[in-house]
Amino acid sequence: MAEKAATAPETRPLVPHLTLGETRDQDYLNGSRCKSCNTLYVGPRLFCGKCSTPGQFENVRLASEGEVHVFTIIHQATPYVQAPYIAAIVDLKGGGSVNTNIVGIDPLPENVRFGMKVKMFTEKVSEDREGNSYVAYRFKPA
Amino acid sequence: MREVAIIGVSMIKFGRYPDRDFSQLAAQAGLDALKDAGAQMKDIEALYSGNLYTTSGSGQRILQQMGQTGIPVVNVANACATGSTALREAFFAVASGAYDIVMAVGSEQMGKQGLLGSRGDPATSLEGRVGSYMMPAVFGMAGMEHAREYGTQNEHFALASVKNHWHSTMNPLAQYQKESPLDEVMNARMIAYPNTLLMCCPTGDGAAAAVVCSMEKARQFTTQPIKLAASVLTSDPFVDRGLTLPDINTLTRNAARIAYEQAGVGPEDLSQVELHDCFATAELLHYENLGLCGDGEAGKHVASGAPWIGNKIPTKYEEDVAPYADKTYQPKTKAVVNASGGLLSKGHPLGATGVANVAEIVWHLRGQAGARQVEGSKVGLAHVIGLCSACTINILTK
Repeated sequence: MAEKAATAPETRPLVPHLTLGETRDQDYLNGSRCKSCNTLYVGPRLFCGKCSTPGQFENVRLASEGEVHVFTIIHQATPYVQAPYIAAIVDLKGGGSVNTNIVGIDPLPENVRFGMKVKMFTEKVSEDREGNSYVAYRFKPA
Repeated sequence: MREVAIIGVSMIKFGRYPDRDFSQLAAQAGLDALKDAGAQMKDIEALYSGNLYTTSGSGQRILQQMGQTGIPVVNVANACATGSTALREAFFAVASGAYDIVMAVGSEQMGKQGLLGSRGDPATSLEGRVGSYMMPAVFGMAGMEHAREYGTQNEHFALASVKNHWHSTMNPLAQYQKESPLDEVMNARMIAYPNTLLMCCPTGDGAAAAVVCSMEKARQFTTQPIKLAASVLTSDPFVDRGLTLPDINTLTRNAARIAYEQAGVGPEDLSQVELHDCFATAELLHYENLGLCGDGEAGKHVASGAPWIGNKIPTKYEEDVAPYADKTYQPKTKAVVNASGGLLSKGHPLGATGVANVAEIVWHLRGQAGARQVEGSKVGLAHVIGLCSACTINILTK
């Protein structure tokens, strides 16, 4: 991909299940629904691991609102990440579950509740050597 | 399928061996297992080698150390279930009649690499930016799911560490042999809530081996062959949320069901269990997954004393445990869990783990487990789970 290296720096989603809009408030989480068995996956899929069809998938826009299913508080983090922070599984309204960070509250167990309502936002989280920016989604209390 | 026996086992003390190569660790274990079996390298017809970080050629490199007899070698990598998957291949090779006597060896040299799963390109890594994928996070959240469902307290999880660390003081082969009372476990540095440092297994180096033989031929070597009554492997079936939060429960339940049926025993028949306590939270979930107690009862079960050596809380810990015990709870099984000290203290050199826990059961069934001997052990179960996901269960009987 020699031609790609020569292009100007880009803004890219850090994960394939995040679709970037023109501005950060237009970003959304994407999913795909198997047309055979109706299973909803987070992110793009080519095959359905539930019904074993080489599937036809319907692209869907996932909700920005959700509830905390479970969480943990990471105190021993990988070197480039500041700890402690809250890592969680959020169940999205209307279907789909995502891994995420919960921000906007102190990372203490008493500040997070199972079923707590949260809302998604996106922000730039890193930059590579070529100057490309990476955008990730986070959740904060709704 | 014919009956299969284990006639020789070994493990080297788990720990740090910076001056050794994994193949040297494994060769030591292999030669010790041969000696234990009263067999020689020339008796071994095939080798099944589990090593996660050396996925190609691990077994051949081990044979370069312990005997290049030209036998077939199968190298296995299957997450934390690597060693136990190698053992299962050995089981099938003998059960099918293809070979009479083979060896399974599990080995790993992890070094001090820190948190498993924490590496990645800092620019594009998801870790810590889109949640956490490290093992402490996964098993922290698995425990939190149990807390959400049943109100399990952090202290209940921590009791698994108190128990296993106590057990380890009786196991000279354990990487750590240090007791830790409940307040010490609870007050240790937090790694990933609710698991503190003392609720996480260490990384390390190690190796273990088993000589697997047809029951018929086993009698040529020993008057006391241990029967490998079931050897089961499952992967994770599709469940909701499973692609986001790894489900360590369903595939364990599936494996347990098949293994109990294969061996013709139930959880109430088990004298002991070596289960995959990579984190203290995991131990409690697996009590329920293996049927040692009912769903939601794991906290009561650990606090009842049933899974402790001697089937009761040691006097010195009675006061610590009392606030978390339910006096009305009647344990339906008496299997001692992780008499070896478990992964939490014995260590978890990935590829070695699934063979080492079978070796532990064999020693107890033979009455050779020393101070930690489970009195009159007759039936033992060894369980391993590796994420993304593989679960093995081996049931051994006298």
